[in-house]
Amino acid sequence: MIKVEGVTKSFGDHTVLRGLDLEVPTGSITVIIGRSGGGKSVFLRHLIGLVRPDAGRILVDGVDVARLGGRALDDIRRRFGVVFQGGALFDSMTCGENVAFPLREKLRLPRTEIAKRVDAALAQVGLEGVERKYPAEVSGGMRKRVAIARALVTEPEIVFFDEPTTGLDPVLVNTIHHLIADLHRRHRFTAIMVSHEIPEIFQIADLVGMLYEGRIVEIGPPASIEASANRIVRQFIRGEPEAAQ
Amino acid sequence: MTGSTAPTLLRPFDLLGGWAIRLVASLGRFGSFLGEAFVTMLTPPLKFWAFVDRINFIGYRSLLIILLTGTFTGMVLGLQIFLTLSRFGSEAFLGPAVALSIIRELGPVLAALMVTGRAGSALTAEIGIMRITEQIDALTVMALNPMRYLVAPSIFAGILTFPLMTAMFDVIGIFGGYLVGVELLGLSAGTYFGEMQSFVDMGDVMLGFWKSVSFGIIVTWVCTYKGFHVGHGAEGVARATTQAVVMSSVLILVWDYFLGTVLP
Repeated sequence: MIKVEGVTKSFGDHTVLRGLDLEVPTGSITVIIGRSGGGKSVFLRHLIGLVRPDAGRILVDGVDVARLGGRALDDIRRRFGVVFQGGALFDSMTCGENVAFPLREKLRLPRTEIAKRVDAALAQVGLEGVERKYPAEVSGGMRKRVAIARALVTEPEIVFFDEPTTGLDPVLVNTIHHLIADLHRRHRFTAIMVSHEIPEIFQIADLVGMLYEGRIVEIGPPASIEASANRIVRQFIRGEPEAAQ
Repeated sequence: MTGSTAPTLLRPFDLLGGWAIRLVASLGRFGSFLGEAFVTMLTPPLKFWAFVDRINFIGYRSLLIILLTGTFTGMVLGLQIFLTLSRFGSEAFLGPAVALSIIRELGPVLAALMVTGRAGSALTAEIGIMRITEQIDALTVMALNPMRYLVAPSIFAGILTFPLMTAMFDVIGIFGGYLVGVELLGLSAGTYFGEMQSFVDMGDVMLGFWKSVSFGIIVTWVCTYKGFHVGHGAEGVARATTQAVVMSSVLILVWDYFLGTVLP
């Protein structure tokens, strides 16, 4: 269980998060939606310990990530997998080396075992034969899939997705969403995803939370969010222009 | 950043104070970055292949520019010093004059400036791009220390390669002076090298060595720091790269003067 309590964060005069509360049940896919520049990615960076909150707690199985540092933080991060917005693949390495990297450096597995796991990880995201290609030599959709393979290859308990479908065409968006749902069914990890792919994201989410002005203004199953009476939520999921407010 | 709340008359002092605090804080970050890099360097595991890659990146790929600038620096020195010495009938001292100028001063400084321009800027740009594309964050969330993978191998490689490149610059520079002084202007080879042996001692070589080691640390420290703390987007990387080259070059010259006065 991940529990976020009263997280507040400001950068200078600009307050991004204003006492954000959230509960993420173990094994669920929880999607945070909200407007661009609304603090979704900043919130995700808090969860993985890249940014510290000014106030509030981020509890992962009762341990406050925001108060951890050094080895204790590294220990908890070993349970995480992260898919960054742009993939964050190491461009000096081939796709195969990217997927192998956490196995070699984090888990220190023998070479034969690494090769076996890399092949399996790339196969399960539908990418065979790209091991020797560099990230710059494959398409945007393939890069995202390599990033997902890299995040999942160590079999993490919690996986964070930061807008994993940004910049992809609608077919690829659905392909990636179904891939995530399929991998989730097989591995049963807890997934927290930041996205603004409405309404496609509703097909795979267990819970959807709307982030607005630094707070989660509504959270619930996709059906309840779609039927929400909250004006802000309705405006966002229908894509109504601001002038219509 | 919060705006100034001081009365109008005190505002300049308020701004100056704020600037001083920011300067001290950034110097503190700069210093602790080097401290952390050294601690990482001295604690296992050493990322051996990352270290070899950095030697290739900083050292081997800079060889051509070092050999080229070394040759022409020696040739220019040979020509100018010969013309000056010939006014006093002291052409015999061309060898020691060229050798001392290069070994004590020009070798370490020019080699460091050349490597800053070629490898230092590329180092900043490479790490900067890794920062803005979240590759450094990816390392961090894998519970792997980016200092160990990116910074420590670069500084270690700088300590190793700068003295080697300076030695090559020295040798090829002295040979450049020989080309002009002996082959073109007619000084005897025995006089050129014989007088050099009489006037150049180990202290001169060691001065150049310590300068090159410290320049290796300065350049890799500044360039990795600037890459690590890059601003946003392509403009941020461009600005960091320029700052890294300018700051490294200025620090090389300031530190060169300081070492020249402290060391024998």
